[in-house]
Amino acid sequence: MAAIAGFGVLILITLLILSALVAVLGSLFRARKLANLGFIAFCVGGATLAIVALAAILASLLANGLGGVNLAVFTQDTPAVGSPGGLRNAIVGSIAMCLMGMIIAVVIGVLAGTWLAEYSGRSRWTAAYGSIVRFVNDVLLSAPSILVGLFIYYVLVAKTWPLSLGHYSAMAGAVALAMLAVPVVTRTTEDVLRLQSKQLRESGVALGAPLWITIKDILWKAGSGGMITGALLAFARVSGETAPLLFTSLGNQFSTVHLLYKEGGKWIFDPSLGLNQPTASLPTVIFNYALSAYDDWRRLAWVGALLIAIAVLGINILVRVLSAEPKRS
Amino acid sequence: MNGPISSDAIAGENYESFSEAVPDAKLEAKGLDFFYGKSQALHDVNIGFQRNAVTALIGPSGCGKSTLLRALNRIYALYPGQRAAGEILLDGKNTLDRGVDLGQLRAKVGMVFQQPTPFPMSIYDNVAFGVRLYEKLSKPDLDQRVEESLKRAALWTEVKDKLQSSGLGLSGGQQQRLCVARGVAVRPEILLLDEPASALDPISTAKLEETIVELKPDITIVIVTHNLQQAARISDNAAFMYLGRLIEFAKTDRLFDNPRARRTADYITGRFG
Repeated sequence: MAAIAGFGVLILITLLILSALVAVLGSLFRARKLANLGFIAFCVGGATLAIVALAAILASLLANGLGGVNLAVFTQDTPAVGSPGGLRNAIVGSIAMCLMGMIIAVVIGVLAGTWLAEYSGRSRWTAAYGSIVRFVNDVLLSAPSILVGLFIYYVLVAKTWPLSLGHYSAMAGAVALAMLAVPVVTRTTEDVLRLQSKQLRESGVALGAPLWITIKDILWKAGSGGMITGALLAFARVSGETAPLLFTSLGNQFSTVHLLYKEGGKWIFDPSLGLNQPTASLPTVIFNYALSAYDDWRRLAWVGALLIAIAVLGINILVRVLSAEPKRS
Repeated sequence: MNGPISSDAIAGENYESFSEAVPDAKLEAKGLDFFYGKSQALHDVNIGFQRNAVTALIGPSGCGKSTLLRALNRIYALYPGQRAAGEILLDGKNTLDRGVDLGQLRAKVGMVFQQPTPFPMSIYDNVAFGVRLYEKLSKPDLDQRVEESLKRAALWTEVKDKLQSSGLGLSGGQQQRLCVARGVAVRPEILLLDEPASALDPISTAKLEETIVELKPDITIVIVTHNLQQAARISDNAAFMYLGRLIEFAKTDRLFDNPRARRTADYITGRFG
């Protein structure tokens, strides 16, 4: 923030100097050329700064993380201090919680966005309710994620009411992530559906299709590119979230997400997939290990950070590719 | 698109109206008023659409011809605040009655819009979409129906080898004929066309017009058009509308050669509109 404010002040000062130049030089033309050059220089400077920052992050991640990447990272669980280990439990936990969270978020978000776009305008009352929903959604869109984490902690983790799970779990973590993703999905779904032409909607209905079938079979399909893009961006956002997981899934030194596990030499089938236990995730492991005093833990934290960055970058590139897809074959 | 219309303005101008009764009306509007919220867009429209004939609706922009068309399949019911009063009789039954099932009504009264609106699915599925809603056909029967519909829309030869490719990949004219095929596939009794050729080039327009004439033996057609030559070419009856009123309705030849209302004459000779 300070950097941006400072940048603005710099521009202002430059403009002031330039207007002073006009007075001194007396040539409006030359001063305007100078002002133009100055403005372009600041724009280029701003853009360079942004790219340099991103490049610096990626470079430091690669420099510190790449050396630690090996097979053990993917096959072994997080170690005790001094012993070898990897990030398997954190990777699996992160993927499981993000996927589960996104499934919840897409179901709720797509339905809510569809209601806002297609049904909320039906009467004065629904329109009023719709604008409240839209406002609350926008607030949630920018809600600090730690508040969401605390809220889910209160509702699902702490034993505050009968429906609370009463303990840390992957499910609570997934719900917290879903709560962060729902507003994004709702918003993009509504926007994408509003962009569809009135005539497309009408031509479905004109064939005798009820509105809901028209929405389900035609409008969702027509808007699928934008809706998938929104969901992927939401996924990218939540995959690096730490704060909401600290209070909900907590963390775990062992792998917990599984369908079968071995206990006392016997394989046991676990229909809950192990999702009701405290679960490791990459962001929380990074958080804990990066702050630790042990070199091998810190090295694993770098590797974890690199993995998340690659995943987020990959998702963003995928979004680019999907949204660049030409509409006509 | 339809502002409030002052009936005084018309009354003050010696408003005259001539409407001929048609024999064998498949669809008939009686005393039809239409409202967008508080503003009235149609005033006491009385018109009959002859069975298995083409009726053209002409008139300047905002005269209510599209509104009349949209009342006929009650597509306006999608929008709260739009309502029709009076009677629209389909084979003698009032379609404005409360108990009418809108899905069934619209399956009988098909519609094609100004802009081609292929669904984002294959050409085959575009045509089969409406059929699947109301009929359970076996795969060969459905194939048969799709082929027949595409043939009737004069599109079959152009798409028969790429039925599974997206409907969005077709040209504008082909897309519009796909929309006609889609509408015809559900075997409607009436087809409403809302300026179907206005986004098409002359060659595509000619093909579409041929299609319309070929559909006539089984389907009652109502077409809104801004193109007077088109109305003269393809329609049997024509209605001229102005400021939400039906000014003149007659056999097409008669309306164009020998209009009775001064406004009709002014419009078709290009003196206004």
